[in-house]
Amino acid sequence: MDKTICLYFQVHQPHRLRLYRFFDIGRNSYYYDDFANRTILKRVAERCYLPANRLIHDLITKYKGDFKVTFSITGSVIEQFEKFAPEVIQSFNDLAKTGCVEFLAETYSHSLASLISEDEFREQVLLHSEKINTLFGIKPRVFRNTELIYSDRIGSVVADMGYEAMLTEGAKHVLGWKSPNYLYTNAINPKLKLLLKNFNLSDDIAFRFSNQNWSNWPVTAEKYTGWLTKALEKDDIVNLFMDYETFGEHQSVSTGIFDFLKHLPGEVLKTNKCVFDTPSGICAKHQPVAPLHVPFPISWADEERDTSAWLGNELQNEAFDKLYSAEKKVKESGDETLLADFRKLQQSDHFYYMCTKFFSDGAVHKYFNPYETPYEAFINYMNVVSDFLLRCNRATVREGSGTVIAAEKAPAKKRAVKKVKTV
Amino acid sequence: MKVLMFGWEFPPHISGGLGTACYGLTKGLVNNSTEVLFVMPSATGDEDQSAVRIIDASDIEVSERCSNVREFLEKVQFIRIGSNMIPYVDPREFTQMMTHLQEGQIEEFRLGIGKKFKFSGKYGTNLMEEVARYALVGAEIAMRYDFDIIHAHDWLTYLAGIAAKRVSGKPLVVHMHATEFDRSGQNINTEVYDIERIGMREADMVIAVSHLTRNIVINKYGINPEKVVTVHNAVDFQSFESVKVDRGVPDKIVTFLGRITYQKGPEYFIEAAAKVLKNYPGARFVMAGNGDLFNRCIRHVAKLKIADRFHFTGFLRGAEVKEMFAYSDVYVMPSVSEPFGISPLEAMRSNVPVIISKQSGVAEVLKHAIKVDFWDIDAMADAMYALLSYPALSAMAVRNGLDEVNSLKWDAAAYSVKEIYSRVLNNKKI
Repeated sequence: MDKTICLYFQVHQPHRLRLYRFFDIGRNSYYYDDFANRTILKRVAERCYLPANRLIHDLITKYKGDFKVTFSITGSVIEQFEKFAPEVIQSFNDLAKTGCVEFLAETYSHSLASLISEDEFREQVLLHSEKINTLFGIKPRVFRNTELIYSDRIGSVVADMGYEAMLTEGAKHVLGWKSPNYLYTNAINPKLKLLLKNFNLSDDIAFRFSNQNWSNWPVTAEKYTGWLTKALEKDDIVNLFMDYETFGEHQSVSTGIFDFLKHLPGEVLKTNKCVFDTPSGICAKHQPVAPLHVPFPISWADEERDTSAWLGNELQNEAFDKLYSAEKKVKESGDETLLADFRKLQQSDHFYYMCTKFFSDGAVHKYFNPYETPYEAFINYMNVVSDFLLRCNRATVREGSGTVIAAEKAPAKKRAVKKVKTV
Repeated sequence: MKVLMFGWEFPPHISGGLGTACYGLTKGLVNNSTEVLFVMPSATGDEDQSAVRIIDASDIEVSERCSNVREFLEKVQFIRIGSNMIPYVDPREFTQMMTHLQEGQIEEFRLGIGKKFKFSGKYGTNLMEEVARYALVGAEIAMRYDFDIIHAHDWLTYLAGIAAKRVSGKPLVVHMHATEFDRSGQNINTEVYDIERIGMREADMVIAVSHLTRNIVINKYGINPEKVVTVHNAVDFQSFESVKVDRGVPDKIVTFLGRITYQKGPEYFIEAAAKVLKNYPGARFVMAGNGDLFNRCIRHVAKLKIADRFHFTGFLRGAEVKEMFAYSDVYVMPSVSEPFGISPLEAMRSNVPVIISKQSGVAEVLKHAIKVDFWDIDAMADAMYALLSYPALSAMAVRNGLDEVNSLKWDAAAYSVKEIYSRVLNNKKI
């Protein structure tokens, strides 16, 4: 059986919030920093998405179907592409047409909904998969959750939604002695196959590539292929999962990251020992070796590989709970703009900014963070959420025209208003 | 190692943070097995001498041991920073004046011999004179006692430090707790500025209480960056007991506590309060302290029509300060320029979340405080509002703040100071 390498890139940009002061609450309900969002998106498109897409397109043509890659593109970034850089969507479309690219399903707004609300989670996944289908004409068959968050329960929900496989982190504390380089299955529903990230080899590219203090610097395609073949001597698959922004943004073009990508397929295919494939292809070709038990959620972030980067302190938990407390009202109101804001506020990035771990561990956190401290991030986010909750209450009161409902809702509004002011 | 330390005040008789800092540092030094001789202008005898030996400068007779007055004066002649900056005199006139001045000085010195000078140890109108006299006594003390290194705290003691250095030949370390720019903004007292600069130039090493202060020392005093080191202050809360108070009003209270002077930024606090009250009418604001902007602040509050929610307490003493913290839900230090700033730490120790200006030295050591620019009234108001409205925020700031404050130990600061002493002494030998 062929040994397989799976290259998967995550494409995401959050809707960063504008500086939202408390005196805006109840007065101005536009929450986003359009200037920052546009500037960053355009910059990343120019440095990463467009050149990298071009390069991958060339490679696919050159190797005539032997080079395959996988993308997951969040709804958040797609919305921003549509608004600020439609040429990027076109360029992904060109890639889709080659037939050598697989698109994964995920939560529409890069949210943590899988940790709190199954309904919202399912809705977002559906929304995302429809969006991908409309844009690229491909219905995703494999799922990746935000930040590769996975647990047995989340896996079973995903299986229930009809996905054949799911991607997650090859977290050491879950795997123990087991190797991430095989196909596993969900512990509850064995129909769902699991592809695990090989974090050593992935991070060699994503984080360490330009680190000149690293003994293995510089990484050449040849050297790296050596590591890959060594890992594949016994094992079946190596899953290289990383942010697409690794190319040109996190690792700038001057580090040689594009040259590395350019020469990697050639080096790998030259060995005649392994091939590139996408998750669906891998599922068709390889047999799972065992079920994997993951009782508590894991993710691909930080040393802990858990969800503590987003829900690890009381600020994050409070913000998270407050936001999702509005879910029912948002859905009942049937208000589209309210729902759109609800989705944008769910982006995991907002909670990431409130992480206090970056005091100790965190060049990575700092890089992604527009706020100076987690406290500032929380204040700004809570001001926005306060306004959002006010709007939700107003919307539900307006909806409830029947006498009984109005009587029920009226005190609810009063309480909520008070909450904002005196709690 | 034995240190001759010149200070201006020592607990319990303190009017500012300097005495507290000196106390903490000396205790820390003793724990780091360093002996300290602490000189102060006017001791009353009830100072805590558990850690240090206090020398009362008022008890020191300027003796005749120094037989050659001229030689002594050559060593310490700069003591009289007389007002020889007189405009519109020709060089001849100037020489005459200078000779006259010098003769007068010798005369004065002779008169001074065998006499004690009664220092007030306060910050009164004769301050300059006291500073000069203190220097004279400093030289005398340097001759009488045995020590390895001299350490002088703030400009008031710099002349004494320099005098001691000249007389004994021992290295001098000066400690910048506050610069003239922190005290007076841009309208500085040039006499004080000169003393500060001379002190730092003469010193073998300058210790600044924050990077902020270090930068001022380097940029505004032109001191060689290599000899300016930052050692952050610490706090000693060993004897701290939190007090319980019975609140008269259920409203949440936001507090400003400090001298009501330009440096502390009280008016930014008032402006921010007015903004918060528009959206959070239930809050109350308290300005505790006294100072030259006191009346102006009252007028300001009246003008903004928030006087029913904004209260002034006047100057608060020890126990009252603790009570004030116990009453507070948010503590704000909007200082325009604050070399270090110990009061936010006291607030955090009393379980009060704090907002501090980025223009304070303490902002460099605190993570669990909300930091804003002093001029950014919107951000300040926003932070106040958030701490009042979002309980998770204040809970987290309080819990982590307490841990953070408890980890700022004088022993660690004193260790750094001791390292500096060793470095200076080693350099001297080479």
